Amino acid sequence: MLRLDEVTVRFGDRTALDAVGLDVAERETVCVLGPSGSGKSTLLRVVAGLQRADSGRVLLSGRDQAGVPPHKRGVGLMFQDHQLFPQRDVGGNVAFGLRMHGMGRSAARARVAELLALVGLPGAERRAVTTLSGGEQQRVALARALAPRPRLLMLDEPLGQLDRSLRERLVVELRGLFHRLGTTVLAVTHDQGEAFALADRVVVMRDGRVAQTGTPLAVWQRPASEFVARFLGFDNVVPATVRADAAETAWGKVALPAGTSPDADRVLIRPTGVRLTGPGEGLRCTVEARSFRGGSGSSVTVLLRPESGPALEAACSLREAPEEGAEVGALFDPAEVVPLAG
Amino acid sequence: MNTHARRAAAATTSVLALALVATACGGSDDSGKDTKTVTLVTHDSFAASKKVLKEFTRQTGYKVKVLRGGDAGATVNQAVLSKDHPQGDVLFGVDNTLLSRPLDAGVFASYKAKGLGRVPRAYQLDADKHRVTPVDTGDICVNYDRKWFADKKLAPPRSLADLVKPAYKNLLVTEDAANSSPGLGFLLATVDSYGGKGWQDYWKKLRANGVEVVDSWEQAYNDRFTASRGGKGKGDKPLVVSYASSPPVEVQGVKPQPEQAPTGVAKGTCFRQTEFAGLLTGARNPEGGKALLDFLLSEEFQRDMPLTMFVNPVREGTKLPELFTKYGERIEDPATMAPGRIAKNREQWVKTWTSLAVK
Amino acid sequence: MDLTRREVAAPRAPLGGGGGRGGGRSDGRSVWVRLGLMAVPAAFFAVFFGYPVAAIVGRGLREGGHWQFARVGQVLGDPDVLHVLWFSLWQAAASTGLTLALALPGCYVFARLDFPGKRLLRAVATVPFVLPTVVVGSAFLALAGRGGLLDEWFGVRLDTSVWAILLAHVFLNYAVVLRTVGGLWAQLDPRQEEAARVLGAGRLSAWRRVTLPALAPSLGAAALIVFLFTFTSFGVIQVLGGPRYATLEVEIYRQTATLLDLPAAAVLTLTQFAAVAALLAVHAWSVRKRESALSLVPADSTAHRPSGAAQWAALYGVLVPTLLLLLAPLGVLVERALNGPDGYGFAFFRALSAQSDSATFVVAPAAAIGNSLAYAAVATLIALLVGGLAAAALTRRAGRLVRGFDALLMLPLGTSAVTVGFGFLIALDEPPLDLRSSWILVPLAQALVGVPFVVRTMLPVLRAVDVRLREAAAVLGASPLRAWREVDFPLVRRALLIAAGFAFAVSLGEFGATVFIARPDRPTLPMAVARLLGRAGEMNYGQAMALSTILMLVCAATLLALERVRTDSAGEF
Repeated sequence: MLRLDEVTVRFGDRTALDAVGLDVAERETVCVLGPSGSGKSTLLRVVAGLQRADSGRVLLSGRDQAGVPPHKRGVGLMFQDHQLFPQRDVGGNVAFGLRMHGMGRSAARARVAELLALVGLPGAERRAVTTLSGGEQQRVALARALAPRPRLLMLDEPLGQLDRSLRERLVVELRGLFHRLGTTVLAVTHDQGEAFALADRVVVMRDGRVAQTGTPLAVWQRPASEFVARFLGFDNVVPATVRADAAETAWGKVALPAGTSPDADRVLIRPTGVRLTGPGEGLRCTVEARSFRGGSGSSVTVLLRPESGPALEAACSLREAPEEGAEVGALFDPAEVVPLAG
Repeated sequence: MNTHARRAAAATTSVLALALVATACGGSDDSGKDTKTVTLVTHDSFAASKKVLKEFTRQTGYKVKVLRGGDAGATVNQAVLSKDHPQGDVLFGVDNTLLSRPLDAGVFASYKAKGLGRVPRAYQLDADKHRVTPVDTGDICVNYDRKWFADKKLAPPRSLADLVKPAYKNLLVTEDAANSSPGLGFLLATVDSYGGKGWQDYWKKLRANGVEVVDSWEQAYNDRFTASRGGKGKGDKPLVVSYASSPPVEVQGVKPQPEQAPTGVAKGTCFRQTEFAGLLTGARNPEGGKALLDFLLSEEFQRDMPLTMFVNPVREGTKLPELFTKYGERIEDPATMAPGRIAKNREQWVKTWTSLAVK
Repeated sequence: MDLTRREVAAPRAPLGGGGGRGGGRSDGRSVWVRLGLMAVPAAFFAVFFGYPVAAIVGRGLREGGHWQFARVGQVLGDPDVLHVLWFSLWQAAASTGLTLALALPGCYVFARLDFPGKRLLRAVATVPFVLPTVVVGSAFLALAGRGGLLDEWFGVRLDTSVWAILLAHVFLNYAVVLRTVGGLWAQLDPRQEEAARVLGAGRLSAWRRVTLPALAPSLGAAALIVFLFTFTSFGVIQVLGGPRYATLEVEIYRQTATLLDLPAAAVLTLTQFAAVAALLAVHAWSVRKRESALSLVPADSTAHRPSGAAQWAALYGVLVPTLLLLLAPLGVLVERALNGPDGYGFAFFRALSAQSDSATFVVAPAAAIGNSLAYAAVATLIALLVGGLAAAALTRRAGRLVRGFDALLMLPLGTSAVTVGFGFLIALDEPPLDLRSSWILVPLAQALVGVPFVVRTMLPVLRAVDVRLREAAAVLGASPLRAWREVDFPLVRRALLIAAGFAFAVSLGEFGATVFIARPDRPTLPMAVARLLGRAGEMNYGQAMALSTILMLVCAATLLALERVRTDSAGEF
């Protein structure tokens, strides 16, 4: 459906996209995940034709889009802060794309009603956009983007400005909606939770390059680099010298899963893979802090200060969590150890 | 890109189209090759009855197109500047205060108009070359408010010498000689009467006697002159520098017609302007231009002028309308001056006058 | 959360960052688009402004076949000339300051408060603009001159002081500020100021920190226009200045139209140019950093009926002096038009219609109205076309080229009308551009003055339109032209109407070079008024006043009609 081939965009001497390659299959939802400045918005703008690529190709349905202006690409883009047309009411906003595509008045009116119902704002046609709440604006923007049935729908931080509970609810709604409609979606976000909940596939970007691609599960389970790991919120990363089935680290010897590549030069130990025992066993640590994370598992993150090496996080249930200041020992579960390269 | 380019192209085309239409219209308007039209370049005060212009067309077959260029000075200067590509065929409206410059610049071509024989020699300032033809005369004179002087039991002034008398202190308002035609005329009257040096003393006395200088005739006459009915008599000066024809104009259209005009003319304060017309060098329709010059001296046109432009005809024996004979004054011996002398000294006189009368 | 906000900056870069981030090669095509858009206005200005002015100045400086550089020093060394230059500058600065000080409260009232007769009053405020200066001067003298209302009531006479000039300039230019600044103010989202107040800013401080910066571009534009207008003031100085006060414009007129001293006029014109260019440079420099994307909302949603004593006080405190300043001189005209020889009535109006058949009358009033409207309509169209294209080209700020072009558009306002008029005469005198006797010269010259208005009123609004709104439209399938029509146009329509009103008023009042252009015999209302005023007698004077009243009505009616054009377009299907 969408294919990016070695796409490079430079702003002056800064490279926003550096030979980025990406594929989005029909009816697939792909989420580009990355911190601010990683080039993900530029990526969307290149696909939409709002930004010219300095080199590389953008193909939609196999056709090179070079020289095709934005309005002829047939893609939809939902802007981060919506960009609803202030002089038009809700109906006028949603109908805009339909008018641009020459749809008749009555058909357009029906389609607008249908879409507003779809996004949960039935009958809102005559409302002024300035009177809408943030969530409502989001919904109108979505309806407007969906209305002309774009072959590819792009979302820029789709839920960025909403409060947490609304966001979590909307993610589920959106995923259901896209599956029901069979829409091909390319979304960008900086929020991993949002990306994992929404996407069939996740693309992590760093400094204009693709750092990792994979299903949410695969990326979660096997971050490809320290950057990805840290971006996903894993801080238990330590340099390592890999030898056969174990690695030498500042935390001592860490057993590795089978088949680890010898290129790995550091290891990630998931907090869930750090088991706490008595102070005589394993790596000797002092409990520096603990924070309650809530959730159904009543999990607690325990921040440990090991006798050697950087700080270490461990996850355990509330019942098992040691008191602050306590001396404990840490053991590592090889299944939760991920060797990383770079 | 394509649409951008198309959009720009569309806009460009439309402007070009507009410009073309404009020029086309302009072209059809233009007297260019059309030998049936004669173009008269003149100032904003020119006026002629439609009836009279129709009569010209009937007699000669030429239609008159009038082109106005602002005030008389601007019109003449435009003619000087556009000498190589004249704007029309005939220029009307250059008076003796302005005549030297266009003559020196060679703006006019010689033509002795028919009917010149009936014009007094005194008006024919270019009698040997006939580059310009006198058409009308007008007198710039001090006007007075009859009622004001009657109420005060004071005799109105009759001469320039009267104006510096204590009896007439603070009564006169005149116009800036630098920018106003009557203002300049009044200055020239004093120069002509008192001579190259004497006029400065005269103005010192006039200043001491409280003459007030305002910018324009409109302001002097409408806002300051006590007799001006336009100002509803709210003015404060019963003496104003205006025209000999102002009294008849005051009563024009007033019903019922009064016995006497509310204003009078101080006959000894006048300066005579003679207005000329001439055939422009390089005129596109010189034949039509000549016909028009002839017509300007014709009885029809000369008789029409007093009531359209409020000037006196130069053609001897032209019957004046009743408005003029009843309410106007005939100025017998006005001051006047040769164009060459005016041209030579004007700037210096005005400068000196400004320092004497204004600053 | 903060990270996401920062991300917003990236797509905005092409708008705000000039040639920096958004520039590069990706803007290659937009440079072409801009050049394409600029081509028409540039050609227009080159042919109808640059060339004529260069021709007349060049002729002056090269009089007699060789350069007259000696005259430069001679003219500039003349203490009288320096005095005139100084007076031109300081009276313009004072007039501009006074106009802003008096008109800004008016802008607030018109933008934020609803009151009956608002539209009418706004149209009336523009009327002084169209009146011939002779008439304005006369009306002003009736108010503040000898025997005027102020004299009768308070014994105050202003006609002998420079105050008459300053006040008349305020009277004439009030509408410039009211329309350019007030127009934008009405579209500013009041919630931004409210937000600042919630954050603890006082009313005044919120205004100063939020609203004032948003208004700054249009404020700067209004100040610039008023300054240029008053710097080149001609009629007002002639009528009210007395022989003692003269501006450069008056002096250039005298040198050109009276004395035909072209070298002196050329030097003065160049001096005027230099002053105006310096001013434009300062303006461009100061305004460049202040323009920003604004949050614009429909104008009719921001005003409300006054509530609370403070707002009522503000309303009356602003309206009463405004009415006095604007309406009193106009009222004097109407009073004089109605105060006939036999008491109040329509005698002068009847005389107008009676004389229109008589052969002796100078102008048939109906014909004059028709001519005036026709000229003004053509001039407005040209100004909108040229100015609209220029504004579209200038919407994206970048580069010196564009800024230079921007300044070029303002130059006609700061150029002596007589220079342009005489320039037309000697420059446009040969085929293919022999327009000297064509009627089109008049609207062309009027459009020269109208274009800066169109550009100045539209540009702040166009620049305030968020680029991403256009992008949103493009992604939804709108071509650039369609996107302009659907997104920019509704937002600038109001500005466009304001601009059109100005261009129309400018041409109706025959500002600028038109007085010095040889015109075919199609007399306009201002010309007819001037001719009637130039004659003695109650009937002529009264008819001039009656005709001025008609001119006022024509102007007010046209502007009202423009205001009535629906300015919102919510929910088009």
